[in-house]
Amino acid sequence: MPFLRNGLARLAVGAAVAGGLYYLGEVLGNRQLFHPYYFRIVMLIGISIILAVSLNLVNGVTGQFSIGHAGFMALGAYTGAALTVYGQHRFLPPLNAASPVVQQGALVLSMLAGGLVAALAGYLVGLPSLRLRGDYLAIVTLGFGEIIRVAILNIEAVGGSAGFSGYASPQGRITIPPLTTFFWVYLAVLGVVMFSRNLLRSTHGLTFFAIREDEIAGEAMGVNTTRIKVTAFVLSAFFAGVAGSLYAHYDTYLKPDSFNFLRSIEIVTMVVLGGMGSISGSIVGAAVLAATPEVLRVWMGELSRQTKLPLSPDIVRQLLYALLLIILMLTRPQGIFGSHEVSLRGLFSRRRREVGTPLR
Amino acid sequence: MLPLLGSLLQNLVLGVQKGAVYALIAVGYTMVYGVLRLINFAHGDVYMVGAYVGLRLSARMGASISGSVPGFALIFALTLLICGLLGVLIERLAYRPLRTAPRITALITAIGVSLLLESLAMLIWGTSPQFFPTLFPLAPVRALGLDLNPKYLLILFASVLLMAVLWYVVTRTRLGKAMRAVSYDREAASLMGINTNLVISFTFALGSMLAGAAGLLVSALTNVKIEPLVGVMPGLKAFVAAVLGGIGSIPGAVVGGLVMGIAETYVIAFGGSTWQDAIAFVLLILILIFRPAGIMGRATVEKV
Amino acid sequence: MKKLLACLAIGAAALVLPGCPAGPGGGGGAGGSSSSGTILVGYYGDLTGDTATFGQSTKDGIDLAVAEINQDPPLGRKLEIRTEDDQGKSEQAVSVVTKLITQDRVVAVLGEVASSNSMAAATVCQREKVPMITPASTNPAVTETGDHIFRICFIDPFQGSVMAKFALNTLKAKRAAILSDVKSDYSKGLSQFFKETFTQNGGQIVAEPSYSKGDSDFNAQLNAIKAANPEVIFIPGYYTEVGTIARQARDQGIKVPLIGGDGWDSPKLFEGAGTALEGCYFSNHYSTENKDPRVQQFVTAYKAKFSGREPDAMAALGYDVARIFADAVKRAGDTDPARLRDAIAGTKDFAGVTGTITLDEKRNATKPAVVLEVKGKAFKFVETVQP
Repeated sequence: MPFLRNGLARLAVGAAVAGGLYYLGEVLGNRQLFHPYYFRIVMLIGISIILAVSLNLVNGVTGQFSIGHAGFMALGAYTGAALTVYGQHRFLPPLNAASPVVQQGALVLSMLAGGLVAALAGYLVGLPSLRLRGDYLAIVTLGFGEIIRVAILNIEAVGGSAGFSGYASPQGRITIPPLTTFFWVYLAVLGVVMFSRNLLRSTHGLTFFAIREDEIAGEAMGVNTTRIKVTAFVLSAFFAGVAGSLYAHYDTYLKPDSFNFLRSIEIVTMVVLGGMGSISGSIVGAAVLAATPEVLRVWMGELSRQTKLPLSPDIVRQLLYALLLIILMLTRPQGIFGSHEVSLRGLFSRRRREVGTPLR
Repeated sequence: MLPLLGSLLQNLVLGVQKGAVYALIAVGYTMVYGVLRLINFAHGDVYMVGAYVGLRLSARMGASISGSVPGFALIFALTLLICGLLGVLIERLAYRPLRTAPRITALITAIGVSLLLESLAMLIWGTSPQFFPTLFPLAPVRALGLDLNPKYLLILFASVLLMAVLWYVVTRTRLGKAMRAVSYDREAASLMGINTNLVISFTFALGSMLAGAAGLLVSALTNVKIEPLVGVMPGLKAFVAAVLGGIGSIPGAVVGGLVMGIAETYVIAFGGSTWQDAIAFVLLILILIFRPAGIMGRATVEKV
Repeated sequence: MKKLLACLAIGAAALVLPGCPAGPGGGGGAGGSSSSGTILVGYYGDLTGDTATFGQSTKDGIDLAVAEINQDPPLGRKLEIRTEDDQGKSEQAVSVVTKLITQDRVVAVLGEVASSNSMAAATVCQREKVPMITPASTNPAVTETGDHIFRICFIDPFQGSVMAKFALNTLKAKRAAILSDVKSDYSKGLSQFFKETFTQNGGQIVAEPSYSKGDSDFNAQLNAIKAANPEVIFIPGYYTEVGTIARQARDQGIKVPLIGGDGWDSPKLFEGAGTALEGCYFSNHYSTENKDPRVQQFVTAYKAKFSGREPDAMAALGYDVARIFADAVKRAGDTDPARLRDAIAGTKDFAGVTGTITLDEKRNATKPAVVLEVKGKAFKFVETVQP
């Protein structure tokens, strides 16, 4: 798309996209036009996509295997929430009554704060992790995820074990303001997707693949594998933090338990389902897995009666993930898309555009 | 000073009791890793299955029979048998097809199996906690200035016994020798005529029996709650214990289990009960950074 | 870039289409507040989780009440209860209540028992301006969430003082230890209020370790408590953990009385405890031994409906909360949310099974508590404490 090199054209397209997102958000958020329950699903899907695509940077692209992603999400969520809750009456005005502009500003601030804190954690996790390979790396990232969760559990200022929804300030009870909008969620989705794509296309990106394919050969060729791996972690963690903050301002109730390793495994499953290394795969995987339990919740009562089993969305979700993981690994470990990307040209023609190397 | 010392000693006893259970589970992890280089995530859930199977068998047989020594022995034997079979089944269906696949694939599958066992438990037995009835009313005794409960001592004793049996099997029997051979070098072992499939199945069976035994003993003797996710944390911690002690080394797993149990108990005793889950992982990270081979492991050189 | 956008657009369309209403009434109009048809009320609770008897008992109480109410329905419209299971988890509470309000369009929400879960759901109810009445959550912060959140039970500042005074006056204990559940707002709050009253009246707290809901090994904490040598141990937790704590305490040779709050009230307390709680005491909302004809009538009706089972406090509170709601509907004249809220707020001198219920300006009820003693597999009435 050569015309996009023109800065002005870029701006125009950007504005059009932003405007389109905003309008779409208004339409979908309107209770009269679109069922609020399905709107919730759309929002949760958006947040899941951000998580999956960011994890894909690590798991799929560099070949490293991280199962502690929920920890970064937790950091982003709690940081963002702490900012908007404790920030009110200090450097932020009361948010529930503030103007939309101020509210959006606060949300962006919390997203950035959450992302940065998570990124910092990503750096600290990445450093020791680079010495390890394969299984051990997985367990260590799991461990870090749990340590983060337990650490948050012990911080009374954000509710500790009992969860965080606000605190009793001198000015009354301040709760986490529900600031998250469709616009910001899907802008972040676009952001992480575009960022990943551009990163992979660049020379930086190709080094990611070098690590995955053959780390030792890559090192021999002068690729600084250490720096690349840590970079992947940091970027991935940043977006997870952003997703976390968006989530915090959507459900407005945080509990450390929601960010345990089961959650991390859910995100891993999304990436695995779509195909490790494929951005479109992560999007599809996230959408499918995030939507299914919520959609099933509507029919859960009926399903439970028919099968005479104590079904609940939780159990069904876990069963779904379990079966998916096992069956996928046994029959199609490369997931839906493998490491390919979806492209319109590819859909309509026989020839597929590949990003990166062939299927395993 | 003296009360503090007494308390420290009491905690040490508690820690050893806890550690023995971790050791039982850790041994299974380490054996499987030794022969397959696989972290069997589902191992912790076999602990849970052992508890539930024992509970259901006991309910079938009635409290009076279950509370008798031969009755309980029967339940114990049956539970171990079923858990062993479960382990073999899992290996056959989920792991054997992936023998040549990248390790990540097998790891993901193991996670899937773990989730599957938990989901099935939720469907079959429900999510509400269940308890064993009091089978053996044993009162605490006071000895050496410490309060000891025979229940926990019994668990400790049973764990030691089981590990002794394992030790015998691994070092003195041919199958055990074959296990060790396979863990050193699978290909060479098969070239020497060892039926690696059989050995691996056997390894899984042994490990699963121990995990199931741990689950049964703890639930039946101490009447703690049983629920589908009860094996998750002990499983993870036992895995860390195995790594602590040197993954692949059975004595290492025992040592690692004890260290884990004691460390955890002291942390809780000093007011950190909410940190107890993190201790395991902090230990894990420290050991992987400073001494990846573990306390008793041998350092392996990765061939380039 | 273009391709990616196109893909996203197609994907978005696929997501959006199912949500579009197939005509009027799909998205618009609150189904529950139409002027005819049943009155849809949401109920959420722990039906299958760690504290399953709470959710189930409350539901039983509500069901009994609704069956009676529907024989003479308020405004001629029958009550219909939509039930959701939150498995005792607060994130689930948020999800199910959101579903009840946005999907099922209930006019009001009844629940929960555990204060943590009530607080989580309350933020949703308050935001959506749907009245929520909790039958049994005793932590004061629940109703502080907003003016649409109500409760029909006493609150923990009172409950904490009840057991503190009982320990001091009846058990003659001056040294107490507290073992609280750090994951539960109920437990944290109750232990704090107990401590306040206990220390203000000359008592001393000698140890205060904590555990997390879900734990099953309390030996280290109990060991610390034993070393501090208390005369009584206050365990303001939920029955699943309390049972195991009691057993492990006895196993460690701890012989002093254990006392607790309404979280103990469950027939399943004994599964974990065995005989370890014999002779121990806890505060509760009501006793089946209450000779008041209202109570006895309720007990008889409950036993008849539920195969001889005795109603616990949660069942009684569930019964009351449903009847108070129906009464409010009658007083409001219709199910308009604002009118309903005001009617609930104006509940005065309601003759409940758990006492005479009047909601104050903080939307809480001031009621007496009872102290029960564990004897065998039953709870025996000891005394009533007035607020």
